[in-house]
Amino acid sequence: MQWKTADYTGWGRALRARGTLARPERVSALSAALMGRGPAIGNRRSYGDGPLNDGGAAVVMTRMDRLLAFDPDTGVLEAEAGITIAELLRVFAPRGWMPAVMPGTGFATLGGSIANDVHGKNHHGAGSFGQHVLALTLMTDAGPREVTAENDPDLFRATMGGQGQTGAILSAKLQLAAILGQRMKVTETRIADFDAFIAAFDTSQAEFTVGWIDATARRKRLGRGILEEGTLVEGTRPGPLKRALGVPLDAPGFALSKPVVKLFNRFYLSRVPDTARKRTRPLDDFFFPLDRIHDWNRLYGKRGFQQFQCVVPLDQAAALKEILTTIAKAGIASPLAVLKKMGPGRAGHLSFPMAGYTLAVDFPARKKVPAIFQRLEQQVLAAGGRLYFAKDGLAHPDSIAAMYPELDAWRAVVARVDPEGHNKTDLVRRLKLRS
Amino acid sequence: MSETWIILGASSSMARALTRKLAERGDSVILAGRDTADLARDAADARVRGAPLAEVMAMDARDPDSFTPILDRLAACEGTLCAAVFVGSMPPQDHIDADPTLIDGVVTDSFTGPARFLQALAPLIEERGGGTVVGVGSVAGDRGRIGNYVYGAAKAGFATYLSGLRNRLNRAGAHVLTVKPGFTDTAMTWGIEGMFLVAPPDKVASDILRAVEKRRNVLYTPMFWLGIMTIIRAIPEPIFKKMSI
Ligand SMILES: Cc1cc2nc3c(=O)[nH]c(=O)nc-3n(C[C@H](O)[C@H](O)[C@H](O)COP(=O)(O)OP(=O)(O)OC[C@H]3O[C@@H](n4cnc5c(N)ncnc54)[C@H](O)[C@@H]3O)c2cc1C
Repeated sequence: MQWKTADYTGWGRALRARGTLARPERVSALSAALMGRGPAIGNRRSYGDGPLNDGGAAVVMTRMDRLLAFDPDTGVLEAEAGITIAELLRVFAPRGWMPAVMPGTGFATLGGSIANDVHGKNHHGAGSFGQHVLALTLMTDAGPREVTAENDPDLFRATMGGQGQTGAILSAKLQLAAILGQRMKVTETRIADFDAFIAAFDTSQAEFTVGWIDATARRKRLGRGILEEGTLVEGTRPGPLKRALGVPLDAPGFALSKPVVKLFNRFYLSRVPDTARKRTRPLDDFFFPLDRIHDWNRLYGKRGFQQFQCVVPLDQAAALKEILTTIAKAGIASPLAVLKKMGPGRAGHLSFPMAGYTLAVDFPARKKVPAIFQRLEQQVLAAGGRLYFAKDGLAHPDSIAAMYPELDAWRAVVARVDPEGHNKTDLVRRLKLRS
Repeated sequence: MSETWIILGASSSMARALTRKLAERGDSVILAGRDTADLARDAADARVRGAPLAEVMAMDARDPDSFTPILDRLAACEGTLCAAVFVGSMPPQDHIDADPTLIDGVVTDSFTGPARFLQALAPLIEERGGGTVVGVGSVAGDRGRIGNYVYGAAKAGFATYLSGLRNRLNRAGAHVLTVKPGFTDTAMTWGIEGMFLVAPPDKVASDILRAVEKRRNVLYTPMFWLGIMTIIRAIPEPIFKKMSI
């Protein structure tokens, strides 16, 4: 068994850890690595400290990535947890199937998608990732163990969105979604402001929706942006798989300075004509637009960045507008923010989604960010909303406990399967999730 | 026409990456190695990806008796037969210094074991009149270095063997590709200090398949290793012996 000592970070690179990492390629090596008593981690596409274990061990699951079984009649797939969502889409889309839920990056692994119970552009209809998981195999000291909603409902629920605290997920059985073809018909519409955005989401009939907003726009333009609505259509993949571009070096500090960001936003918005624009796009291009640029997180320079993502209930759109106002006024530039309507679908005690509106904004790591974040955190709490662990690096234990009412139920299950706290991550410690 | 590939040392991540590509283009695979329980998962992966047949067979480079059932199984397969050899072992040089008997195992794993297997397979390939043998050597075989010259020597022996086998099988219309990967991001190199320009196994596998299609004889992958090794090979011995690279 090989361990290496490494400095590593989440996607935002603002929080760091130093510890030992193993990356097993076989089940026997995985069992041995887990004796190192650390959490399983995926591709570290979570922004904050969710995939970190400073001063301890962690087991990187990315090489446990085999497809184990597929039934072309039912679309039921069993795969090891280290496989990426993009790979599942690549292999199965030509056969008429795709993961029913996909996050905004194809680099997320199956295990990471379960452990954060991720949502996609179809959350309002399809629910969360965990709702399409039929069974899990968890690693235990006694070997792999299959867990389903029938044979151990509490453990099954606690694992969905459970931050890896119930143990390493070796593999999972998923219900894939049938698709007509490999094309997405996308309508892009310019939206003038926040209220118009909410109205547009409320009337949209599309299966896939996402709003890109300019979080730097203020006053009358607050919340302006582009609404993307997608519908799956028949046909083969338009165009070949494209090679991703890379960011070879950390960008210098000015790269995301205010003027640059403003320019970027203006350029981005002006791409779409006043009247709606329709395009047909390949699925990966639609689902994972940012993956086209590898390591784009380096654009934020050495200090990295934080993401704030919250959701507020449907009747709290006004509160979300206030939250966006706080962000815009703070003037911490962030090129692209995302606004989306969510449905009620969630699979675990600690799942993020609730019926409402979600907003995600990037903040370059600067001195004043924690203070602004704290104000936002209070606003979210007051609105009856919650923050997303997959993105978080700055929240506080008290507000998190109030945002996640099922926390105690989750703790009880986790205490049963990991009494000694071997699976704790930096995020779990910071937010006191286990105690 | 789809081919049947025997993959020796199929659990290595390079082998896994190649197996996937073969499966996706519709070839059959027989995965040979020691950890058969885990290889069953690789076989499942190959089947889901499109291999008409994916089987697991126990093989230990140090136990030539384990070759016989595999050769029998291959003889029973119809069509073109191909082989890819990924076996090899690289104990740290200081372990070898402490226990020189380890040398026998390294040479068996990386050279004589697979050579013995290929030697027995060769007549079968000749009989079918086509096919490919991919032998994975190492840039370490190009020059004996203080850090791993036993492993390097075994790989050099294997490379010379492959060159002879190429000469022989060429007459029967079959092809032999010698692959010399540079540093690759595998379990073997995880955590080893001083690695640079490490290539993902998937990239190495794509390079191998392209080289097979072009019937290249020797492949350095990634390509720049050809340049690096050309320079290293050109260093005169009186100077080289004082270097520690
Ligand atoms: C550009 C971008 C866009 C994104 N868009 C979305 C989006 O639209 N919707 C959304 O919901 N999220 C989104 N995310 C967040 C991302 O989907 C989640 O953070 C996801 O969990 C990342 O998966 P990962 O494999 O990288 O896991 P990591 O970040 O490595 O780990 C996340 C958690 O999963 C646990 N874990 C990972 N693998 C296992 C395993 N095998 N067994 C047990 N526990 C495990 C870890 O312990 C950790 O707690 C986005 C992220 C990026 C970078």
